[in-house]
Amino acid sequence: MSEELKPLVVHSAVYKTEWTKKFENRKKWQAPDPNLIHSFIPGTIIEIRIEEGQEVKEGECLLILEAMKMRNRVEMPVDGVIKKIHIKPGQQIPKAHLMLEIEQK
Amino acid sequence: MSLKRNILDLRKRKEEVLQGGGEKAIEKQVKMGKLTARERVRAILDEDSFHEYDLFVEHVARDFNMEGKVLHGDGVITGTGTIYGRPVCIFAQDFTVAGGSLGLMHARKITKIMDHALKMRVPLIGINDSGGARIQEGVNSLAGYGEIFYRNTMASGVIPQISVILGPCAGGAVYSPALTDFVFVVENISKMFITGPSVIKTVLGEEISMEELGGARVHAETTGNAHFYAMSEMECFDQIKKLLTYIPWNNSKKAEAFPPQEPSGEFKIEDIVPSDPKLPYDIRHIIQSITDGSEFFEVMENFAPNIVIGFGRMDGNTVGFVANQPKVLAGVLDCDSSDKAARFIRYCDAFNIPIVTLEDLPGYLPGVDQEHAGVIRHGAKILYAYSEATVPKITVIIRKAYGGGYIAMNSRHMRADFVFAWPTAEIAVMGPEGAANIVFRKEIMEAEDPEAMRQQKIQEYKEKFANPYVAAAKGYIDEVIEPEQTRNMLLHALAVSENKEDRGPAKKHGVPPF
Repeated sequence: MSEELKPLVVHSAVYKTEWTKKFENRKKWQAPDPNLIHSFIPGTIIEIRIEEGQEVKEGECLLILEAMKMRNRVEMPVDGVIKKIHIKPGQQIPKAHLMLEIEQK
Repeated sequence: MSLKRNILDLRKRKEEVLQGGGEKAIEKQVKMGKLTARERVRAILDEDSFHEYDLFVEHVARDFNMEGKVLHGDGVITGTGTIYGRPVCIFAQDFTVAGGSLGLMHARKITKIMDHALKMRVPLIGINDSGGARIQEGVNSLAGYGEIFYRNTMASGVIPQISVILGPCAGGAVYSPALTDFVFVVENISKMFITGPSVIKTVLGEEISMEELGGARVHAETTGNAHFYAMSEMECFDQIKKLLTYIPWNNSKKAEAFPPQEPSGEFKIEDIVPSDPKLPYDIRHIIQSITDGSEFFEVMENFAPNIVIGFGRMDGNTVGFVANQPKVLAGVLDCDSSDKAARFIRYCDAFNIPIVTLEDLPGYLPGVDQEHAGVIRHGAKILYAYSEATVPKITVIIRKAYGGGYIAMNSRHMRADFVFAWPTAEIAVMGPEGAANIVFRKEIMEAEDPEAMRQQKIQEYKEKFANPYVAAAKGYIDEVIEPEQTRNMLLHALAVSENKEDRGPAKKHGVPPF
């Protein structure tokens, strides 16, 4: 807990108060971008099955992400083009790591 | 002559078992800054009051070359003793014997003393210091854990159950403490986690130290698994003994009464609260201005500090306090503070401890993170706990009592027995700023000087609704009192509630929003 007083707004009123560490470190909400594909679990990239610029149909397997001893197929969410690949085979990645940028057709 | 020989033989056998894991293992334990299991038990209990049982229990493992191994007491010490002259059951895992690992007989010793505690209706203290399941005993050790968890659950709400984490407590083992009423941790010594750092690293690639993952501070501040945090084992034992002075020995008794005492006079109740409802103060000073000897024994001090819970005495009797803390996050309710308060309310209700609620909050914490973390179902716990509780329930509204926060904090509408308000109380659907913006939206928008109009409307709303008298006119609060009268009103209300009888409808149990 930090000792200095900070503002907290509840129903338009500004209160002077201390913040907790949890409040200070809370994650700011960001609207998800459908063109960015993030890892849903931390793990290791086993195999990448696509290349940049490639056209891919919805449901096709893009890569294999191994986590908790399971080989997870990461599939293309929509028909589209692979814009950029941010990962390499064998790379260990955390959760919510940006793996691919795509462009919807 | 033969009797003498038998006695000498007994002494020799005892002496051998009392060595635990032997000199080397004890040396290692001491090097880690830890007391041995027997030293811990002796330090918690009254001097020379400990009686140990099942000293000669042997493990029954036969696989993996275990048959030849001797594990004294199978790695756990169990028995009975007294604290301030009153009986308790206790067990302490002995890390010097096979790392305190839990096998079948180790678990049997624990469940035996648990059954004893429940039957005798005395508190159970469990000291955890164990590497976890004894792998060589396979599924038998899992069965042992399960039998302990089951007994923790059955004893819950009947006898006080106290867990002391004085070493590692990992994997399934953590669930016994999690099921008990109060968990004590000590800096640098306590470690609790489901999955350790090494597994997390190999499986998920995340690197974290044991201390950062599940050390004492983490559980006291972040996870809310621990209720009391100490810098040393001895400080921890003092906390346990102090806690036991505030709580009854079982659910059919009341906590022991102490000689009544006046507050110390250090805290002047009229000087603590700023008149501007947007400025903070420390609600604990209000509690200390009304309790006997100005003493307040806080529970979960470092977790969700926007609500304060703990025990104090009034006229010698234990009272559970639940109070919004304007000093932190303006005293809002959120997921963590709702969980914290709700469990404490249920504890007090189960053990016949009257609840005094001190209210000063602007409502629930706004934010996407809170909504997505489930502030609806977490917040509902506090409503459930207050509504369900049948112990005497008294509320004092000090300043803000807005919206859902007003309803949640033991309002008249949820079976409060007494609701008092200070003249500074503002009982309204929301604060003047928010309300004026909505009610007078059109007037403000159409005004030549919207800001001036806004301020004027805020002022109008403030004068009309930001007071206790609208609620008092409806009988939602019983009396508007001067701050100085707070202690006397509470003493009176508690005295009137002494023989309270109140029952909900017959049911197997409710379905609280766990």
